[in-house]
Amino acid sequence: MRATVNGEPVELPEGFTVAALLQHLGVRGDRVAVERNGEVVKKARHGEQRLAPGDVLEIVTFVGGG
Amino acid sequence: MDELVLGGHRFNSRLVVGTGKYKDFPTMKAALEASGAQMVTVAVRRLDLQAKGEASLLHWIPKDMVLLPNTAGCYTADEAVRTCRLARELQLGGENPLVKLEVLSDPKTLLPDVEETVKAARQLVAEGFRVLPYTNDDPVAAKKLEDAGCAAVMPLGAPIGSGLGLRNPYSLQMILDQAKVPVIVDAGVGTASDCALCMELGVSGLLVNTAIAGAKDPVGMASAIKLATEAGRLAYLAGRIPKKLYGSASSPLAGVIGAA
Repeated sequence: MRATVNGEPVELPEGFTVAALLQHLGVRGDRVAVERNGEVVKKARHGEQRLAPGDVLEIVTFVGGG
Repeated sequence: MDELVLGGHRFNSRLVVGTGKYKDFPTMKAALEASGAQMVTVAVRRLDLQAKGEASLLHWIPKDMVLLPNTAGCYTADEAVRTCRLARELQLGGENPLVKLEVLSDPKTLLPDVEETVKAARQLVAEGFRVLPYTNDDPVAAKKLEDAGCAAVMPLGAPIGSGLGLRNPYSLQMILDQAKVPVIVDAGVGTASDCALCMELGVSGLLVNTAIAGAKDPVGMASAIKLATEAGRLAYLAGRIPKKLYGSASSPLAGVIGAA
């Protein structure tokens, strides 16, 4: 299924969870925050939140800023 | 003890420093330490999914420093609110998290969009955030943000990163006269004397990034700005003399030799 991660189109397996996506991307879940279609997916729910075709995901972290 | 009470925290330092624009993390860490600041701003950005194992910013921020996530780069209230929710999630959903609310209007001036800032502030306060909003040097805007429940107001001294210093001390004075929450000058500081001037007027604190990170010697400038902030605060508390047009002798007028 097609989804968008950080602005880039990606092809993901059906039924992928947020946790599976992070693992697939090689990202540690405790270092990032995830937003799915404009709503935060809390870390405790990464393992159960399944993705759907057309999902728009943002994976963010802290960087230097003023 | 002359403490700054801000958003549920007590600080001995009245300087808040940014973590942007440093040439490398070791320089940033040394400058943060030299500044004596107890709170640092950080930005929320998309993770670079290509850069595996990239050094983490948080690894280089001293552990006892309070993080103040910002909404830099947001141009609408909606983007700013979403960014704050992500920042809260990044901090594992702490109670009443502090955020620096910044909603910009235009990439050239980086001046705030006050209408969107007030809208975002109301929403964030309702969601339990302690909101520190970047705003214009406009007393009307500052009052609206205070009335919206913000924990402080943060008028600019000049545009972000401009280094022009405090361009409108009279507007700042009006904001100070009416404010019942801490007033922090955020943006525009160019060097140490700008900090002393702001503090002498009675602001509660300063937020400085570019003036330190962009200096030839960031660690040296961090020390200078620390001392200037402290000096300005002490001068404010001590109370300056009134300005007079003409001279007023410091030595006795009587007993000068050769007088008639």
